[in-house]
Amino acid sequence: MKHIQDFKVKGYRRLNPENYILTLQGESLETAIYPGNFAEIAVPGAPGIFLRRPISILDFNPVQNTIGFYIKAIGKGTRQLGRLAEGETVNLVYPLGNSFSAIENGKALIVGGGSGIAPFIQLGRALQHNNIQTTFLIGGRTKNDVFLTDEFRESGEVLVTTEDGSLGEKGMVTDHSVFKGEFNFDKIYTCGPDPMMKAIASIATENNIDCEASLENMMACGIGACLCCVTPTVNGNKVVCTEGPVFNTKVLGW
Amino acid sequence: MVDLKVQMGPLQLKNPVCTASGTFGFGSEFEDFFDLNRLGGIFVKGLTLKHREGNDYPRMAETASGMLNAVGLQNKGVDYFINSIYPEIRHYNTEIIPNVNGSTVEDYIAVTEKLNEVEGINAIELNISCPNVKEGGMAFGVSCPSAIAVTEAVRKAYDKTLIVKLSPNVTDITEIAKGVEGAGADAVSLVNTFLGMAIDAQSRKPLLSTITGGLSGPAIKPIALRMVWQVYQAVKIPISGMGGIMNATDAIEFMLAGATSIQVGTANFIDPQVSVKIIEGIEDYCENNGFNKASNLVGAIQA
Repeated sequence: MKHIQDFKVKGYRRLNPENYILTLQGESLETAIYPGNFAEIAVPGAPGIFLRRPISILDFNPVQNTIGFYIKAIGKGTRQLGRLAEGETVNLVYPLGNSFSAIENGKALIVGGGSGIAPFIQLGRALQHNNIQTTFLIGGRTKNDVFLTDEFRESGEVLVTTEDGSLGEKGMVTDHSVFKGEFNFDKIYTCGPDPMMKAIASIATENNIDCEASLENMMACGIGACLCCVTPTVNGNKVVCTEGPVFNTKVLGW
Repeated sequence: MVDLKVQMGPLQLKNPVCTASGTFGFGSEFEDFFDLNRLGGIFVKGLTLKHREGNDYPRMAETASGMLNAVGLQNKGVDYFINSIYPEIRHYNTEIIPNVNGSTVEDYIAVTEKLNEVEGINAIELNISCPNVKEGGMAFGVSCPSAIAVTEAVRKAYDKTLIVKLSPNVTDITEIAKGVEGAGADAVSLVNTFLGMAIDAQSRKPLLSTITGGLSGPAIKPIALRMVWQVYQAVKIPISGMGGIMNATDAIEFMLAGATSIQVGTANFIDPQVSVKIIEGIEDYCENNGFNKASNLVGAIQA
């Protein structure tokens, strides 16, 4: 069930000047939250920011009633969300959207870049719960753009690429040696910049592997009312906030 | 106890607060957030004769105190609404009011004739003011002769309450309002969105795929309020007022300017519970200011 609920800022974990994890605490928490779900966050204390910001849910703790968001400060709203005081009230509409479907058998590859890594803590845990052997492939420009690898390592193997070679293999995620030679994954999950996801989707298609991608389209309502966030699919325009954000890449025509 | 009932021509609403077309889906999107039975009415997403894909993404841009949209009437067509959506929402104890669109007068008539047969639907909103479609839409609503022609044609095809939704993108909205009143409209709703535009200076590209789109939100409220007041003085039929209503005070201002009922639009995206707060706010205001009927607020500015 969708809720509208006030939370308080519990704290931040600063990953670097532009990336942070915001943890909010509520008096209660909806715990039917699945990997890929997001929240529409009302940005407090910022005149000029009119709409809520859709942000993927990183993780949650049903004992402490906390919910975490990995946020990259790229605009007015995401910068302001990084400047709140402890105890400040933040209103959420959550949980929203569909979720990744965790496979029950076989091997999974998760490919993330930029802020697209947010849903993968939860997805990794869900796959681990299904006893799936999971490989995370995380890309960044430099080693300073690669985050949460310790958390991912708790549920699988972690591979890294950086464009400058400062961590892991040098190049883009699609250049990684995991894609060379024997290549036996049963499912690929991806979230990040569109060009990266499209490239991963082509690799999946070439190898006849099922692939799911989570889109980051701009949204207004987040609940399927305004139809602003559509993506073209082989079945026409689909609403990303309710029919997504997770789509099979075949449906996207990628 | 305040009497919240208002009369939109032949149509009675249990209270003046409705949700605006295109901002509230078909209602069920909001049922987790509040009891929809409390609403005066739900103007559901715009319908066309045939399925429409709408415009390409991006369709939305945030602006100062508002937003631009260029959705372009994405919908599955009137038959799908009647056969698959309406049966799921008809149990709500509120007026479900379809918003009718077309590229030609014949389209408008065809959609209207189908809705005229649907038991339980007591009113339609004739949308001659959508700024986001290439053919029809706003083109009908910005010229007096075409607004009159489409209203007359739809009037002949519709037996129940006909509300005509007016465009603000005109030199004199009162002329159009008087025209559709003469053509048989039972009420008018105003305003639809203002034609606007946004550009990303860095990329030197427009922010909408359609370049221009419809501006909504508090940015337009003073202009919408002025238009409601002007139309209130020009016509006798009731007005459903909208344009940037974010809270009960805004809604009361529209009623004081002459709106018999109001529609909450973009505010639904910010606070999905806002409509019910507005109903409660209007009731409180009436109690605190000695109005025993909400309808006594209509046009009650002391100018």
